[in-house]
Amino acid sequence: MLLREVAYARPRTLEAAVRLLGEHEDARALAGGQSLTNAMKQRVGSPAVLVDLAELAELRRIDRAADGSLELGAMATYAQIVLSPEVSSTHPILAEVAHQIADVQVRNRGTIGGNVCWNDPTNHFPPLLAALEARMTITGPNGEREVGYDEFFVGVFMTAAGPGELLTKITVPAPGACGSAFASVPIGKDGTCIVNAAACVDGGAPRIAIGCVAGVPERATGMEQALAGGDLSPERVREAARGLGQALDPPSDVHASAEYRRHLAEVLAVRATLQAAGRAA
Amino acid sequence: MEAGTNGAPTSSRVVHVEVNGERHEREVDARRLLVHFLRDELDLTGTHVGCDTGNCGACTVHLDGEAVKSCMLLAVQADGTTITTVEGLEEDGRLHPLQQAFSDHHALQCGYCTPGMLMSAKYLLDNNPEPTEAEIRKALQGNICRCTGYVNIIEAVAAAAKGEVSA
Ligand SMILES: Cc1cc2nc3c(=O)[nH]c(=O)nc-3n(C[C@H](O)[C@H](O)[C@H](O)COP(=O)(O)OP(=O)(O)OC[C@H]3O[C@@H](n4cnc5c(N)ncnc54)[C@H](O)[C@@H]3O)c2cc1C
Ligand code: FES
Ligand code: FES
Repeated sequence: MLLREVAYARPRTLEAAVRLLGEHEDARALAGGQSLTNAMKQRVGSPAVLVDLAELAELRRIDRAADGSLELGAMATYAQIVLSPEVSSTHPILAEVAHQIADVQVRNRGTIGGNVCWNDPTNHFPPLLAALEARMTITGPNGEREVGYDEFFVGVFMTAAGPGELLTKITVPAPGACGSAFASVPIGKDGTCIVNAAACVDGGAPRIAIGCVAGVPERATGMEQALAGGDLSPERVREAARGLGQALDPPSDVHASAEYRRHLAEVLAVRATLQAAGRAA
Repeated sequence: MEAGTNGAPTSSRVVHVEVNGERHEREVDARRLLVHFLRDELDLTGTHVGCDTGNCGACTVHLDGEAVKSCMLLAVQADGTTITTVEGLEEDGRLHPLQQAFSDHHALQCGYCTPGMLMSAKYLLDNNPEPTEAEIRKALQGNICRCTGYVNIIEAVAAAAKGEVSA
């Protein structure tokens, strides 16, 4: 398809990228392009300027920080995350989930930064990063700031990274003895999720987040509190999930009714929590 | 190759690419998709457009050795890269073993999906020369075929991996 006319820049430095985004009205960052290109084809987004982040090698880094946390550059691709020794030695769940996204061609291009900045409520990473309590580093004309995932995800297709700003890094706290899991009901194997849930269990209260049910990933706080301190037997986890669905207001669409999504939210929260508990050291 | 500059955005730019071993230098509109650049400007019409939404994989090519969907990429993003399309598979007029295996196993009917299937299969075998059936299925997830039902395609890829192709 012929796209609307657009201007393109491929800066070599982060400073130049931020400057270009600030200088031009309606400028957008271009990461893997696996969502933005389609948005431009459908004319739901027609930026005047694309600032391609491809050459910013610093944004592709995946590092283990001194305190044991995992630092993912925004431009790390799903394929890179699947293969990263730093990921597999800290939070292998990130690789497990990256490996479930779409197909190999999309995984070769799509980036974790693009995934969360797009914040399509059906995307895989927002609920997972909510359960892992990730923090996002945003760089703009006034320098760098760090926000928690709860501040980062603002609404459908909306995040705290505003116009002229870039998400540069995602920091996932040190895993400790935490076990993590992700459960979903997708449309076809490895397809778009109808509902998904991520859980992280490390002794204390489990952290559970549900995706596809609201504009931002929803923490299942009631269920978390009910499970705080105490064993995570299947009976107890199932009991704690009861009523979780009724507290949600998910959309209805061709794939599932709101009622069915409420049901799946409970089922998947249980599955993810039990699996995470089984994996906790 | 460094293809970036910190300069102002432009609505077209000179793109340098090596496609199937041949170098090209062209001025390209920034809005042009890679698949159209390959088909309309380089006349490499083996790469097909199926869905134009990133779902069907008919447009799959290799960009610096990685399988990508060329309808999901601007041609300017490919500046400085090495590209292989389905036309780059045969050597000295002989079909690539995967192509021969597709023929042997009746892995195509209309053939529309075939270039993309071949490029995804080639990417798999480049990285995993002895795949299991499950790995073949996973590798072809991004490629849709509306005719064959996939079984013959999977058999063809397995045969090519084992070198079991007719001469
Ligand atoms: C066939 C197909 C199936 C898919 N299925 C799934 C799926 O099941 N689950 C899933 O999670 N995803 C899925 N996706 C989407 C895919 O994961 C995208 O890669 C992702 O949504 C966007 O990442 P990207 O790197 O491609 O970003 P782009 O498409 O390049 O960018 C997306 C948006 O984020 C902005 N942006 C990107 N990076 C930054 C940054 N560093 N700072 C500020 N803004 C930024 C861009 O300006 C743009 O608005 C699918 C895509 C396709 C084509
Ligand atoms: S035409 Fe590119 S994925 Fe279908
Ligand atoms: S052979 Fe017709 S689409 Fe695959």
